[in-house]
This record gives sequence, C-alpha cells and structure tokens, in this order.
Amino acid sequence: MDFELSDEQNLLKDSVERFVKDNYSAEARAKLSETETGFSRNHWKKMAELGWLGLPFSEEVGGFGGTAVETMIMMESMGRGLVLEPFLTTVVMGGGLVAEAGNDTQIEAIIPAVIEGELMLAFAYAEPQSRFDLNDVETTAKKSGDGYVLNGHKSVVYHATTADKIIVSARTGGSSRDEDGISLFIVDNNTAGLSRRDYRTIDGQRAADVTLDNVKVGSDALLGSEGKAYPVIEKIVDRAIAALCAEAVGAMQAAIEITNGYLKERKQFGAPIGKFQVLQHRMVDMYMEAEQSKSMSDMVAMKLGLDDVQDRRRSVAAAKAKIGQGAKFVGEQAVQLHGGMGMTDEYSIGHYFKRLMTIEMLLGNTDYHFKRYAALA
Amino acid sequence: MDLSFSKEDLAFRDEVREFLATSLPDDVKERFDRGLHATKEGQVRWQKILNEKGWLAPNWPKEYGGTGWTVTQKYIAAHEFGHASAPIALPFGVSMVGPVIYTFGNQEQKDYYLPRILNSDDWWCQGYSEPGSGSDLASLQTKAVRDGDDYIVNGQKIWTTFAQNADMIFCLVRTDSSVKQQEGISFLLIDMKTPGITVKPIIGLDKEHSLNEVFFEDVRVPVKNRIGEENKGWTYAKFLLGNERNGIARVARSKRQVERLHVIAKTERSGGRPLAEDPDFMNKLNRIEVDLMALEYTELRYLSMMSHGKNLSAEPSVLKIKGTEIQQRLTSLLVESLGMYGAPYEAEQNYEGRNEAQVGPDYGFGPMAEHLYLRAATIYGGSNEIQRNIISKMVLGL
Repeated sequence: MDFELSDEQNLLKDSVERFVKDNYSAEARAKLSETETGFSRNHWKKMAELGWLGLPFSEEVGGFGGTAVETMIMMESMGRGLVLEPFLTTVVMGGGLVAEAGNDTQIEAIIPAVIEGELMLAFAYAEPQSRFDLNDVETTAKKSGDGYVLNGHKSVVYHATTADKIIVSARTGGSSRDEDGISLFIVDNNTAGLSRRDYRTIDGQRAADVTLDNVKVGSDALLGSEGKAYPVIEKIVDRAIAALCAEAVGAMQAAIEITNGYLKERKQFGAPIGKFQVLQHRMVDMYMEAEQSKSMSDMVAMKLGLDDVQDRRRSVAAAKAKIGQGAKFVGEQAVQLHGGMGMTDEYSIGHYFKRLMTIEMLLGNTDYHFKRYAALA
Repeated sequence: MDLSFSKEDLAFRDEVREFLATSLPDDVKERFDRGLHATKEGQVRWQKILNEKGWLAPNWPKEYGGTGWTVTQKYIAAHEFGHASAPIALPFGVSMVGPVIYTFGNQEQKDYYLPRILNSDDWWCQGYSEPGSGSDLASLQTKAVRDGDDYIVNGQKIWTTFAQNADMIFCLVRTDSSVKQQEGISFLLIDMKTPGITVKPIIGLDKEHSLNEVFFEDVRVPVKNRIGEENKGWTYAKFLLGNERNGIARVARSKRQVERLHVIAKTERSGGRPLAEDPDFMNKLNRIEVDLMALEYTELRYLSMMSHGKNLSAEPSVLKIKGTEIQQRLTSLLVESLGMYGAPYEAEQNYEGRNEAQVGPDYGFGPMAEHLYLRAATIYGGSNEIQRNIISKMVLGL
C-alpha cells in the first residue's frame, strides 16, 4: 500500500504543472475560451509532442503504457489551470473506447492519429430522456445492406464541434433501457444526415446536441461486438469519471489557494479578513473537502488498475459522489469569501466555481452516484 | 502508487484474524461491540493477553516493546480489531504518557514505567484540563512548589476519565507564574495513592461514571517524577496532544458500526417493510459510508506520506474532525434505527440489578449509552473548533 508517486510520475507532474503555469494565466484562459474553438490547437500539438496524448494507451496499441495514475496526475494538474483542450473527450473517452473495443483496422486508423494530435474525438452517449443512465438509449441503428442506418438525438456532446469523429451509442436490439442491445459506432462528423446544434457551456467549453437523421454508416463503423457495448461504455466512463475527479481536485486546490490569498490581502475593519474566525473555519472546511477529494481521487486511480469490477464500480460511484459534493461546496464558498469580487467575470474565482459546478453534473451527479453506490451494495 | 496487499500482508491479516478469534474473551468483545465501556477487570485481562502476544503497543519503537509493524500492517491490524470488536489498549498509558516517557524521560523512568505500562500494572489517567482551563490549556493554575527533593502540588483537575480506576496520573502543573504561560509549566507523574489526592465522580449525561474531578491538597511528589526539564512541560504536553490524534479517526470501529446498522436495518420495520428498504434511512447510511471511505483513504494517504519521511503539520486534525463527526452520525443513526426503543434507558448499575431482560430488542442495549458518551468526541482531544483553528494557523497560515 503506497500513495507516493514514482520519480517518473513526479517528472510528469512537474511537466504538466509547468505547461499550465506558462500557458494558463487567468487572462490567457479567458482569452482562449472566447476563441471560436474554445481551446488552442497549438497547445494540443504541444501536448502531443510532450507525449501526453499517448500516455494513457497501452504499448500494444502504440501508446506509452501509462495507467490511470498517469491520467490522474495529468488531469489534476490541468484542473489547477482549468485547461480547455479536449484531453478527456479525445484521449480518455474516445481513444479509450477505440483501444478497448476496436479491431486492428480501427485501432491503426485512429489511435496513432490521436497520439500525434491529428485526430479529435467526441463521445455521444447521453440523450434527452436518459439523464445519467448509460443504458437508456433510444437512438437506433438498423441493419441495412452491408451497414447501418442511425436515427436519434444525442445530448450535450462535449467537443462535438471540433471532433473529426463522433462515437455514438445506439440501440441494435432490446428495449430502450436494456443493457443488452447497445452498440457503438464511429461516425465521421461530416456524414450526411448528422447535424449539430453547437453551443457554449458555462465552464467555457464547447458542446453540441447531435441529431442523426438516417445517417448511413458501413459495417466497418461498428466498434466492438454488436449489442454488447454496455460493459465497454461503463468501463471507459468509469475511467473518465476518475479523470474528472482528478481534475476537480486540482481545481479545488487552486480555488482554495486563490481564496486563501485573498483572505490575507483584503482588509476590512482594519484587519485582513483572514483574521476573522468565521472565515478561517469556512476555509478549513473547504480545505478538508479538498483533502478528502484528493484521497478519493488517488484511491480510484489505483482501483482502476485492479481486476475486481464490482469494487471498481462502487469505488468510482463513491468517489464521484463525494468529490461532486466537495467540488460544489468549495466553488460556492470560494465565491462567497471573495464577496463582490467573486461575482465578476474578470476575476478568476468565478471560472473555477463554474467548472467545479459542471464537473459535479457531468457523467452523473452526486445524487446519481449515491444511488449507484447503494444499488451496488 | 499501489493499493494491493502483498502475500506477506495477507498472511499477517490471517494471523491477526486467527489470534482474535481464539484469544479475545467473549465478554470483552460483547461489551465493546455494544459500545459499552470495558470493565476494569476485563480491560486489564485483555491488555495482558495482548501484551503476551507482543501487540499492546503497535506505535512504540521496537526497542521499548513495540511491534515493528509496517504502516500497512498497522492498518490491517486496526481493521481486523475493529471488525472483531476487539478493544485496543486504553490510550492514557500506551498512547499518551508512554511516548512522552520514552521520548523525554530519563533512563530510570523508562526502565521503571514502560514495562509497567506494557504489563498493565499501572492504570494511568490524564491530568490536563482544569475548571478554568479547557481549550485554553496553557492557562492552567495547579501549582507545584519545590520543597527539597519534592514538589508540593495544590490545585484541581477536571474531566479526568477513569481516575476512579487509576494508579497513576500524569499532570501539567505550574512551576513558574512569573513568565509567559507556556514557559512555566512542568510535567509530573503522580501516584494516585499519595496523601492529599481526592477523586470526586462526575456523573455524565449518560448517567454513567467515567468522568471525575481530582483535587490536590499539599500533595508531595518526588522531583524524580518530573519528565524532562522544569518549565519545559508545554513542549511535552504538545507532543502528547499530537500523538493523541493518532488513530483518533477510529475508522475500523466506524466500519463495524456500519455493519451493525445493516444488520439492525434488516430486522427493524418501517412502513411494513424492512428498515433496510426505507430509502430515507438507507440514504443516510450510504452517505456516512461514503464519507467513511473518504476518511479511511485520507488516513492511509497520510500514513503513506509519513512512512516516506514527509512531515505532516496539522493534517491529522482533519482526521480528528471528520472521524468524530462520523462516529457521532453513526451512533445517532443507531439510536434512530431503534425507533421508539431508543427511549428506554437505564444506567448500567440499575440495569444490572434487575432480573428481567432488556426492554425491546437485544441490540437496543448499548447504542444510546454510546451515543451519549460520544457527544464528547467532538469536545475532547482539542475540540473540533480548536482543531479548525490549528489547521487555519498551521496549514493555511491565516
């Protein structure tokens, strides 16, 4: 039992932290999130050069053989600067699905390009009625000749706008909430019949609702076995949740440092407001949430490497529930302790608050994961 | 980073399990599981069994009789003890004064007291708090005036747990009133049989006698019973308080409480169904379980940092605050699980005088006593508000 990073992992952490420090000042991030894509392709290229985009993939598929721990390290450091590049959607989710379920042709066509930073992916799993249930899929994929025809509506697909390919969950069998009968398809973003409504999200990122209207794909678009995608989706989403948890930890820690600094500078009643016990204790409560969140994030990164599936699911659910709660609390209180300054768009703390709030809702909110935890008992 | 246990660790776990299954007396186990205080006789009997096995003081250095366990082994042992409802040694000797003696005591003191602690020859109690000095401990007034080879001690201590059973008390006393509060305190070991000491019971809100007042009237204490230097007692006192936080998270016991709650919830009824199917009740239990998991991994993370030679500052205060909050939520939920049978309650000495069985279900005997007693958990060992002050100052620099 050991929570310490290896020397190599410490180097990785330093390297990502340096990148964030050099490129993600509050001003630089604000500017970047206002651009058309909402992130920088130059940054993405740089991440590829540094080898980060290949780190989570195994050596068999051409990656650098990192584990969930390396992903955790990167996401935590990126969370500190609220990094905007689509690492989670392209590498952890999209790339993760292809590496897990893809055949040799698909892996060769996609993974090296992802690692090089030349191909971006998005994962369309949610639907208007599904809320957070990965098994609630009404989008259909009907066999037609040599391929399939897809129809349906996918909700809040992060980074769908800039993705070259969108991986879509669709039903090839069973009824709308069955785990059995769900399949995955790799769909080019410019395929006829696929339309997007692009929009901004409150965390400064980009997403889209995707409509599939008689979208025709070949049989080579099927990712994994027909009708058997659910366990794959659940596994990759669990990894993505762990990554999101790590991002939340980094963002919470940064929000706490910023707020703590403000408490030492801001003077009222002739003293720095950090001298007031009621504010000190609030800061301590925020600090304790971040500490516990860090422990849960580390725990879940390590558990992803173990074989016990039931234990993995329960640990992921517990971590997301606990961290979601903590993220919301830290974000809200960070704004509160800043007083009026916390309400401005210009100052950084509001941006942490907004990202922490979306992290709480993405991939299942706190209530959802408490229910999931209870159901797995 | 790695959460897995080695083969040796698993073998160790089996060894602990086997030992507890064969050596833990049923009566000791039953009282602990219910959340009742051990009897003096039962506690001493069990501590002697633990000492014979060499497992009484896992946190002591090996040279003084510690176990030499790794961090992982300590975690495994604590987990198994909690699961089996096996009490650990009372803290006053093993966890509090013992480390002060082997860290700051002289050779004679080490040779005399440490084996007696391990063998449970002395029952220790803690003379820290005074009527006017609670969270503001350094303001204490009990005076010790030098007279030849003795100190003459006058004053009063309060909230002294199990002083009625004690053979020895370790005391903070004022030896210099002319300097800053913290600089005039000394640390004395006092025999409770010394003339001039009076112990008066304080009956708790649980109707039980665990707390006391201890009065000192011209009590002669040999100077050789002083730990370290005169007027340096505050340093030793703080060291002790730091150690007091070790294991204060009580994760293993809380895990056992979760198990008890699941069992009770299967038997109790709500809306004509098992309480275990009541979503409001189970929601509370699930949330405590998740918070307990976060506490457990936080404790492990800190242990891992320490075993890699990193110094912690006030991080263990997080364990104290969160651990005691969880203990209280659990006993509160245990009482809640009993429905109306939470209300019948008698102090143990009354209960034991009766011939009838416990009113209500058998598992109803215990939860209220523990629930009431553990209201102290957020007060003792530095109240949770004081812990927040410590984190604010030491970690956040406010």
